[in-house]
Amino acid sequence: MSIKLTLHTPTDVPLEAHCINPNTVKALSQSGVEHLEVIHGNQTARLGDFFTVKGKGHETIHIEGDTSNVKYLGAGMTQGEIIIDGNVGMHLGCGMSGGKIIVKGNADDWVGPEMSGGQITIKGNAGHMVGSAYRGQSTGILGGEIYVHGNVKNEAGNSMRRGLIAIGGSAGDFTGVNLLAGSVIVCGEIGARAGAGMKRGTIVSFCDAEMLPTFEYACTYHPVFLRFYLKHLQDHGFDIDDRYINGRYDRWSGDSIELNRGEVLIFNR
Amino acid sequence: MKINKTEIVDTFAEAFKMWGSRVIITADTLGWARAAAQSMTGFATSVIRCKCEAAVECEIAREDTPDGRPGISVLLFTMAKDNMSARLVDRIGQCVMTCPTTACYNGLSSEETVPVGGRLRYFGDGYQISKKVGDRKLWRIPVMEGEFVVDDSFGVQPAVGGGNLLIYGTNRSTTLRASLAAADAMKEISGVFLPFPQGVVRSGSKVGSKYKGLIASTNDEYCPTLRGFAPKTQIPDGIEAVYEIVIDGLDEDSVAEAMRRGMHTAAEKGAAIISAGNYGGDLGKYHFHLNQILKG
Repeated sequence: MSIKLTLHTPTDVPLEAHCINPNTVKALSQSGVEHLEVIHGNQTARLGDFFTVKGKGHETIHIEGDTSNVKYLGAGMTQGEIIIDGNVGMHLGCGMSGGKIIVKGNADDWVGPEMSGGQITIKGNAGHMVGSAYRGQSTGILGGEIYVHGNVKNEAGNSMRRGLIAIGGSAGDFTGVNLLAGSVIVCGEIGARAGAGMKRGTIVSFCDAEMLPTFEYACTYHPVFLRFYLKHLQDHGFDIDDRYINGRYDRWSGDSIELNRGEVLIFNR
Repeated sequence: MKINKTEIVDTFAEAFKMWGSRVIITADTLGWARAAAQSMTGFATSVIRCKCEAAVECEIAREDTPDGRPGISVLLFTMAKDNMSARLVDRIGQCVMTCPTTACYNGLSSEETVPVGGRLRYFGDGYQISKKVGDRKLWRIPVMEGEFVVDDSFGVQPAVGGGNLLIYGTNRSTTLRASLAAADAMKEISGVFLPFPQGVVRSGSKVGSKYKGLIASTNDEYCPTLRGFAPKTQIPDGIEAVYEIVIDGLDEDSVAEAMRRGMHTAAEKGAAIISAGNYGGDLGKYHFHLNQILKG
């Protein structure tokens, strides 16, 4: 059983809907959910002005309609589940610490900023700054898992401190830039300057990548821990060929302009 | 009570509360995983002198292990929960981490855990790396072939130690054959292990000794060579050998099931009498009555 929200009035002006998270709606009546406050451009409005609400008292929220202009879905959630049938706007799961978000379409920029726990799954593509620190902040996500089955744009995992970002397709430039710790796994192509400024943490690429000159080749080996991660990704529906699980990886250490304890693992063909 | 011609003595095995852990060892080949497991479970027959009891539980197919490689499951029990971390750290550190290609994972889901990788990580001398996936935290410790991967903590749970059967026979070879067959049948039960060599003990012990400082000594009541003069001999006429099978398990039901299978198999293979050891019932928390087990 779930609470069903159906977008009945699409809008060109972005809608900020921090209120759509299980923590908030679980305790409310149907009418209470409809009267939750949203921000439409620079105006305050009611959730019911845009969404039809059905059901009450559940920890699962099912969202239908094209919500690609709806921001902050699942912001601050600590429990429960949000299932989004279509596309979703920016700042999905901002600050979430628990629960699950599943997007069946694409997600815009800033998936999971300030996240510290929980799980976000994007079945399609995602924009820039997946699991990244907001501009001006020194630390990105502190935990949790972000699974993007498609492609992502630039700066995935910027300044990430803990957690896992898995990308089934390709990633743009500056993947894992300023990484503090945690893991970013890219199953497709990885853009330029991966790991620039990273201190610790792991970036994995199944495809060749040009390393920055401040990274040092260490060895080609079988990273056992990666087998564990890749099996974990298979369990989450990623199509991981056995050759990546059993294969050898080139280990590059860096970034030497920083702590130099990070690693980029590139599948050795 | 009898199973065919085998007499089942109306008595019970007295067993104790212990703490159990399950260690999953994986490696590039089953051979290396087995080598590590055999090393780790060496000198772990009895808490009396070995500080823990341990043995291989079973082989695990590669599709069922955390990293997709062939694995071996090891059960390791201690008398106190507080001792478990030290025993695991010692044995995993010396016997598994040292063994080529291996990794080591917790195999027990339990609310109570003890640190293992979190202590072994110091071997990495600052170069170790932690990784967290879901609720699972791993340590990667650099070693000369690459990395040793070990779970940060291992689950522990209350367990049963010291279930036992005494197998009597009319000669040594028949008795040993029956005991070994019984032990092999008992090892098939999940969550159970037999800590002694091949599962069979010839030097059963009693509590205490005439010599000061010894906490255990030979169980003279069951030594056939002493039948002529031992004051409380338990060796009937016609019996020439007795073997003990000690059973440890993660819960009472699995120990009882192992004992049931063991009794049936031993009887089938020619055991004359099957009994069990106890201390009058005052020491151990668990009492496994042979007749009740057979009646189901």
